Amino acid sequence: MAHRYVAAIDQGTTSSRCIIFDSNSRILAVDQREHRQIFPRPGWVEHDAEQIWARVQEVVTGALDRAGLQPSDLTAVGITNQRETTVLWDRATGRPVHHALVWQDTRTEALCADLAADGGRDRFAETTGLPVASYFSGPKIAWLLEHVPGVRERAEAGELLFGTIDTWLIWNLTGGAAHVTDVTNASRTLLMDLRTLDWDDGVLAALDIPRSLLPEIRSSAEVYGTARGVLEGVPIAAALGDQQAALFGQTCFGVGDAKSTYGTGSFLLLNTGDEPVRSRHGLLTTVGYQLGSDRPVYALEGSIANTGSLTQWLRDRIGLISTAAEIETLALTVEDNGGLYLVPAFSGLFAPHWRPDARGVIVGLTGFAGKGHLARCVLEATAFQTRDVVDAMVLDSGVALKSLKVDGGMTSNNLLMQTISDMLDVPVIRPFVAETTCLGAAHAAGLVTGVWSDLDALRADWQRAAEWTPRLDPRTRERRLRKYHKAVELAKGWIDEDDEIEVG
Amino acid sequence: MPGPIQSLTRAAAILRLLAGGERQLALGDVALTLGLAKGTVHGILRTLQQEGFVEQDPVTGRYQLGAELLRLGNSYLDVHELRARSLMWADDLARLTGESVRIGVLHQGGVLVIHHVFRPDDSRQVLEVGSMLPLHATAWGKVLLAFDPVAHGDLEAELKPYTRRTLVTHGDVDAECERIRGLGWAGEREEAGDGLASIAAPIRDRRGSPLGAVGVGGAVERLTEDGEFPARLVAAVRDTARSISRDLGATLY
Repeated sequence: MAHRYVAAIDQGTTSSRCIIFDSNSRILAVDQREHRQIFPRPGWVEHDAEQIWARVQEVVTGALDRAGLQPSDLTAVGITNQRETTVLWDRATGRPVHHALVWQDTRTEALCADLAADGGRDRFAETTGLPVASYFSGPKIAWLLEHVPGVRERAEAGELLFGTIDTWLIWNLTGGAAHVTDVTNASRTLLMDLRTLDWDDGVLAALDIPRSLLPEIRSSAEVYGTARGVLEGVPIAAALGDQQAALFGQTCFGVGDAKSTYGTGSFLLLNTGDEPVRSRHGLLTTVGYQLGSDRPVYALEGSIANTGSLTQWLRDRIGLISTAAEIETLALTVEDNGGLYLVPAFSGLFAPHWRPDARGVIVGLTGFAGKGHLARCVLEATAFQTRDVVDAMVLDSGVALKSLKVDGGMTSNNLLMQTISDMLDVPVIRPFVAETTCLGAAHAAGLVTGVWSDLDALRADWQRAAEWTPRLDPRTRERRLRKYHKAVELAKGWIDEDDEIEVG
Repeated sequence: MPGPIQSLTRAAAILRLLAGGERQLALGDVALTLGLAKGTVHGILRTLQQEGFVEQDPVTGRYQLGAELLRLGNSYLDVHELRARSLMWADDLARLTGESVRIGVLHQGGVLVIHHVFRPDDSRQVLEVGSMLPLHATAWGKVLLAFDPVAHGDLEAELKPYTRRTLVTHGDVDAECERIRGLGWAGEREEAGDGLASIAAPIRDRRGSPLGAVGVGGAVERLTEDGEFPARLVAAVRDTARSISRDLGATLY
């Protein structure tokens, strides 16, 4: 076969994309369309699952057109998706019973608080790797069963199906033939036992979810079925949650390999090997990927709420810069942070500190401090936060970080990447293919269908476009980390009981 | 020295008048205020409009200052913005040519490397962002010398010889720049270091002014064939320069 192509569908929170790769992992064509964000009430976020399915079909057709290809030219399609977002639909008609509840939606917070009242937030953590929190699919299913009229009865009668977005797309792509999910998506439901890779009856009972709703859990890379319609005849050969797909696309196949995606917020995943590691620092334990009948590869996941959003804050709220890139120019007008440290606890401190009563602080102000120092301490905050999450991962897993592979928009900031390398004391590496999420899904699907022979072939297609190596002397690094941690202490406990205004 | 040029003096008076507040003025008002014939004022306004310094409201026919005036005083593009906007194109160039890519801008009489993409063979390479390249001995520098008068003015009196092929007289450099302006790109073979070569093309802003240069550098054996720069590599470099320039709003091409 002269040319072999693999399509990746990336169904994200704001848009759907399709990218077609050739067998050298080069991008042939991209198409992308946004879908509607539905906000029925404060804190509620919904998507129209039927619109998402329509958009996915459009971008698949669009990408094929741009590449000048037919579905028959594709060897396989892989899927990657926004995680945790929950759809319930009628197995006979294919119509959803309600809009999809999006991962950001907080309507299940009260339900989660009730669950936590009996056994604490970590009552399912030993089994599922997750705390009881509104992000995950389990509580969202329970909410739909409880609040949408008739849904409980139809579910008990076996008329309804549940799926995260991967499941919804595979079910539609196969014309209703396959009701399956992959282990990485299942590991975000709060319903799966990380060791058996099956739904856990204990959690299902606690949430009162009938097992008949749930899809079959399969590996991340195997043929789930053959597509009909816009991808007629193409094997659907991979599914991975978006962050796990980026981990795979960054070829983090070995224990200690880690990737961080730097966007508005950031997601750091560390490969911990074939045993799940339980975190004592509030990190999530998740499945990284599972290839066919191989043992699953587990990961620790830490998210950082404010990274790119800090630069936006400096631009839009403080008005110190007019474009995001200018933060680097401003920061380079000074030699160092001038003694300024910023803790961006804008809505509390998350992993590994977990202090909702904290608020942001800038400390070390003197008459000497200027705009350049402020820009520096904003950039350094992202590096310090990365270091905190990495330290927690190292403590939890006993695995030392060898290097950090990075992707996302902020990788164009040279000073930031250098600062992260300086603070972590490991090399920071940017690969050529910036679309690591789609690449991961395409790689997994291509691995199943023989486009790539093995993991080494995928490694050969992953090349470093840039690498930053640590330049800071250990004493300076330790001193700066000590100062940042003193600043973190100052941020804690700022919120008082009667602080409605600050709490917002 | 000849006296002031009357039409330029009048154009300046019209611009000052239009700048006198947040307002639009009719042709008759401008003519009356300045004590000029309507035909004269119309001719000047038409010329200013073509240059973008004045705009005419399509509905009322009145005149106001144009956006180009604002851009005149605000032409500097942040180099980190340039890097952010070039990232994808520079990655593509490296993958297409198999060579390392650098983007350089004029800085203190040399070329400051603001972006560097590794040669895509996963060999050990060191990031060179922040390093300086000589103006007269690299393709990036020659592009700037040929297209940016400021760069030409920055050229040192004594040109340092890096190899026996380095151009060391201003006459030779000027002749090379003349050639580069004709070609639209620059090549350099073992002028900065033995065994090394580079090919670069100018990145331009929306007015066509040179902002910097993008190019590939590497072993002379790979970058040249029989002493010539292969058309395939030159085309890839020029396509990349055009793509970046187009993203920055250039309409020259």
